[in-house]
Amino acid sequence: MANNKPRVIVVGGGLAGLSASVRIAEAGVAVDLFSMVPVKRSHSVCAQGGINACNEVARQQGYSEWMHFDETLYGGDFLNHQPPVYEMTHWAPKIIDLLDRMGVPFNRTSEGQRDLRMFGGSLFKRTHFAGATTGQQLLYALDEQARRYEDEGKINKYEFWEFLWPVLDETGTCKGIVAQDMRTMQIRSFRADAVVMATGGPGLIFGKSTMSVICNGGAAARCYQAGAWLGNPEFIQVHPTAIPGEDKCRLMSESARGEGGRVWVPRKKGDDRHPNDIPENERYYFLEERYPKYGNLVPRDIATREIFNMCQQGYGVGGGRMVYLDVSHLPMANKKKLAGILEIYEKFVGDNPYEMPMKIFPAVHYSMGGLYTRYTPKPDNKGLVLGDPGNMMTNIPGLYALGEVNYQYHGATRLGANALLNCIFDGLFCGLGIVNYAREVAKPASEVSAGVYDNIVKQEEEKARKLIEAKGENNPYLIHERLGNELTDCCTVVREEKRMLQGYDVLRELKQQYKSIRLSDTGAWTNQNLSFSRALGDMLIYGEAILKTAIERKESRGSHYRTDYPERDDVNFLKTTISKYDPATDTHTTVYEDVPTPLVQPRPRTYGKVDA
Amino acid sequence: MTATHTATKPAKKLNIKTIRFKIKRQDGPETQAYWNEFDVPYKPNLNVIGCLNWIAANPRTVSGQDVTPVTWECSCLEEICGACTMVINGRVRQSCSALVDEVITPEGEITLEPMSKFPVVRDLMVNRQRMFDALRRIKGWVPIDGTYALGAGPRESQEQQDLRYRLSKCMTCGCCLEACPQYGPSQEFIGPQAIGQTLYFNMHETGKRLKDQRLNVMEESGGISDCGNAQNCVKVCPKEVPLTDAIGAIGRQTTVHAIKTFFTGKK
Repeated sequence: MANNKPRVIVVGGGLAGLSASVRIAEAGVAVDLFSMVPVKRSHSVCAQGGINACNEVARQQGYSEWMHFDETLYGGDFLNHQPPVYEMTHWAPKIIDLLDRMGVPFNRTSEGQRDLRMFGGSLFKRTHFAGATTGQQLLYALDEQARRYEDEGKINKYEFWEFLWPVLDETGTCKGIVAQDMRTMQIRSFRADAVVMATGGPGLIFGKSTMSVICNGGAAARCYQAGAWLGNPEFIQVHPTAIPGEDKCRLMSESARGEGGRVWVPRKKGDDRHPNDIPENERYYFLEERYPKYGNLVPRDIATREIFNMCQQGYGVGGGRMVYLDVSHLPMANKKKLAGILEIYEKFVGDNPYEMPMKIFPAVHYSMGGLYTRYTPKPDNKGLVLGDPGNMMTNIPGLYALGEVNYQYHGATRLGANALLNCIFDGLFCGLGIVNYAREVAKPASEVSAGVYDNIVKQEEEKARKLIEAKGENNPYLIHERLGNELTDCCTVVREEKRMLQGYDVLRELKQQYKSIRLSDTGAWTNQNLSFSRALGDMLIYGEAILKTAIERKESRGSHYRTDYPERDDVNFLKTTISKYDPATDTHTTVYEDVPTPLVQPRPRTYGKVDA
Repeated sequence: MTATHTATKPAKKLNIKTIRFKIKRQDGPETQAYWNEFDVPYKPNLNVIGCLNWIAANPRTVSGQDVTPVTWECSCLEEICGACTMVINGRVRQSCSALVDEVITPEGEITLEPMSKFPVVRDLMVNRQRMFDALRRIKGWVPIDGTYALGAGPRESQEQQDLRYRLSKCMTCGCCLEACPQYGPSQEFIGPQAIGQTLYFNMHETGKRLKDQRLNVMEESGGISDCGNAQNCVKVCPKEVPLTDAIGAIGRQTTVHAIKTFFTGKK
């Protein structure tokens, strides 16, 4: 029997959550949209460089959707599932057109066409952009469309609400969520025929990253504890160019290099001259020399390792952990297109990047891994079946994962300017399948017994009460600081078994400490201390899954680089990592699933390195 | 190679061990405000958020009293989400981009207060829903025919894109409203933020279809005529949104619209 009043819950109001909400509302299904912040402040605003799509100019120079597809697989070191990537890259041009119609102020050529820029991992100009704040502009366009549906009563926003737990019925099917109002602290349940997680990445687990502080991975970790599986959690992207800071690392977009920016260090170790006094022949443009074909636009994991190694070898600026990212030589027209990020550098560092090189270092940026999802390929594997309810559904029926929290598309490394595409594609493409699922669901959420919801509400009230009443001796903020430092030290750019095992012991110890914490705020009004401390428990579990699967993947692939296993091993590890959690024993179990390669066979990933 | 070594903002050399924070606090919307003072260890390159993070982990006042941590909103920490807006040493701005070395007084103090034009939720966190409601009122969207593939959008000149991009950088932070003498809890004025957005949507080829409806809002009480031309908005806008230009342009559009509706009788 068809469900005549279907409802869908979307958790997260970034690009993925908003595009899904708009698509679902447009199809006539009611949407309840949950977000910890007003959706217009979601982390997607931080994306800078642009969004990739094949376009007519590139096409007439030999580029195609197929090449975009192939680049994405090559960048991802072939760990990506191919049918979803095929579909995404073939949808990309249509998505750009749609965003254009929504009014995104894309940069223009003199003829009024959309302008394009170079980006990492491609030899063609296929990145569309709005200054250097493309994510902000795209998010605003979708926020506006969501507001339109809100105005029509089709989208119901719950801003300043925190997702606490998915509600599963007796058959293990997702039928809603339990959430907490972050102001009144009320905990309550919400019914839905399908639930979409669009909750972004887990950067806060690493302490300082380029991610917003709301990106703590808590929502994904809660689904994980409720039985959803994680896919490839060990694959964490460290972006090569960020400004290290006391409170966070601020991204300096790849677009700086796309517009012609160059990375260099002084040829002489410890050279303490002002960078502008170092003549050209005494500068070591190490990426350009080692990768003559791609130069400064090698994929991020490669640039990151090269920068890291230069600093390890003592070539860092002043002998420290910094290299130069230089745009000072560029024509003003190019600099103008980068104003959004150059302004950030100027504001936070105090130096003028228009006239002198910026000092940058790699920082945790993105998670390729996330909630494990499935998809329904077309018979020839060239794309996905549109409208199929199985697309991007987790192992829990009725629970979907879209955007960064979905482990699909990027394999072992994400190419720059593919994230915005992935988020919007997920929402637009999967929206129809979600609508179909909600309409045809065997048992509508309205018929599920109230007890199912009340039990989860009680569970969460109890958890909150225990945290508030805890009289332990440990400060949750200090536990978080140690968690971040430890994971950053042992599980980012370079990984090695012995060091990671030490890290695992530290995480176990921190988990013990977490059992006896004390909150400094025990009140019942806008208690941010409670929210943070609860998420800390979830971060510790997610952090363990990252570390454990990183230890177990005994090969190097994309951003997962092991000094003890420096080669890619397709025989044993051309596989998706699936991590499952058992709350009763607090243990993680890993299983591997073959990655089929129906369209493109894996090949060595060298990017034309001269000594490779 | 030029040899200019221009540092835009030469960092102050501060010879202090701690920063004295004076923070205006309020436990809830209905309760009385009070002040707490905290000493935060000084490090170079700290921003105000870094200090608030330190206070969250160590919520003890200078008189040794253990208090609840200070509540405030923040997210991106790179001045693009607009969340962490507050009044710092009397000036409204984002606390992430407020570097201690720049804002600290010669006495080594930094004062934090919530924005005064919005209801306090708790401490430095205020309720800015009115700003989002204003975007709804002005129909702040482009009325597209749906999300299906229907070809490209309209072409646009570089000049128009440049102005629209500058308007679209508005991050709904509230600085302009805090600084505007005509805007307040008991005043109707819709404020420069929504007027800037009105121009943004009225400039777009498809966005123009709702131009008359937006200008009706501008014509109503609380609309454009409530602007007192103080020009504070444009001075405090962290994103340099051309707010006074937008007010001028929307003022002219509203006048034309009013004449048109007077003669046609159609709204």
